[in-house]
Amino acid sequence: MTIATALSLVVLAAVVVVVVARLSAKHQFDGDLWKPFTEYSVLKFLFLGLVNTLKVAAVAMGLALMFGGTLALGRLSLLRPVRWLTTGLIELFRAYPLLLLIFFMPKLLKLAGIELSSFWPLAIALMLYNGSILAEIFRAGVLSLDHGQEEAAQSIGLGYWQSMAFVLAPQAVRRMAPAIVSQLITLLKDTALGALIFYDELLRRADGAGNEFGNNLQMYVIVAVVYIVINFALSRLARRLEVRQRRRYGADAISVAGVEELAGA
Amino acid sequence: MRVILDNLDTFTMALGVTLLLSLLSFAGAFLVGAALAAARVSPVPPLRQAATLLTELFRNIPLVVLLFLLYFGIPKIDIRFSPFITAVIGMSLYTGAYMGETIRSGINSVAVGQAEAARSLGLGFGQVLGIVVLPQALRTVVQPIGNLFSAHAKNTAIAASISVKDLTYQANKLGQENAEAVTTLLAVGMVYVVLLLGAGYGFAVLERRTAIRR
Repeated sequence: MTIATALSLVVLAAVVVVVVARLSAKHQFDGDLWKPFTEYSVLKFLFLGLVNTLKVAAVAMGLALMFGGTLALGRLSLLRPVRWLTTGLIELFRAYPLLLLIFFMPKLLKLAGIELSSFWPLAIALMLYNGSILAEIFRAGVLSLDHGQEEAAQSIGLGYWQSMAFVLAPQAVRRMAPAIVSQLITLLKDTALGALIFYDELLRRADGAGNEFGNNLQMYVIVAVVYIVINFALSRLARRLEVRQRRRYGADAISVAGVEELAGA
Repeated sequence: MRVILDNLDTFTMALGVTLLLSLLSFAGAFLVGAALAAARVSPVPPLRQAATLLTELFRNIPLVVLLFLLYFGIPKIDIRFSPFITAVIGMSLYTGAYMGETIRSGINSVAVGQAEAARSLGLGFGQVLGIVVLPQALRTVVQPIGNLFSAHAKNTAIAASISVKDLTYQANKLGQENAEAVTTLLAVGMVYVVLLLGAGYGFAVLERRTAIRR
């Protein structure tokens, strides 16, 4: 095995060296391409882009959680038409490509006579898509609870809504916390698509600055690093939640068919 | 609706591009994923670490940023690829990272005794993985791979951002030129929905066929 280790180290090192050498032969590491990142005005410009990214992500997360909760209630409803309607909506939004939804939303709002900046169309598109997936997560959480929970709630005289609000939903949310957090990470990544409808976020600003300084590649590298740092921190959080979950219930995290494995945009 | 009928040729071409991109890059993602999963369970520490690093990188970069990076980065190392090839590479890497995790979870679900039995017969690491463990592992992850394909096929829409002329690109472009954006985007979205339902059905059949009866 030591031979394999040495060999793989050599091969990996060779790949890195070749790529670095080629990039540096093309002057991609020259100081003047990286110099803008030492200027306060450029950093501030990019930072405010990041603030806009986080702003739309926060709003969309709030909306998606509410929308997802509503859809989940609808899908668990005792009324058949409500169940059908919400199931249809969930399936529709899950199968509709997010980017098309993002292109579609400003036009739809315009048709309805509402002229908004690209902030709200982006937030609404993110809400519809991620909300429908969160709905599936919430539902799986409720269904995973022991049936005795609901029976016990009913036997002490709680009605449907009371048992949902005080007994079922809190446990479901707690159990699904890791899945919920990872879906919210996906949402954060998805906000980068806002750049394509000219929402003034990190990628858009990096794009503009890259054209200005002629260092698009370097700008995108910085954007990638920023996303990696943020998402890595958040996924650490998700993993911590999962470990705590496992310790508390002594069981594996509940898997939702087709949710964890979903590679968001 | 007229926009679509008038430009039926364009949309048929675009549908072909979307389908080809989905299938080619999913095949690529499968290879990348299998390689990453094999590296992550291998007894060679540097390979394990490199695979973990790559997985984390590709999963945490937004796909559109990854595509932009490749689109601007590849020409810088003196290679010229069309946007389509760039998109195939980018999507293979992106979905490949998720695929690697999926396959790895399948590998972990195979009983340790299987690998031990194979080793005791004198098979090496590659043989244990290729002949004994992977065939069993893949059967358990047909359903997650199907879900991954749905997400992947939808994500191909993002290739429009580096001017791959797929369904999303044409829908957005023609919609803008003809002021019938809402109907165009809606109709094209329905095409994706139908495609995904079809793919979902296909994978459901595959899942039934490959299910391990115990």
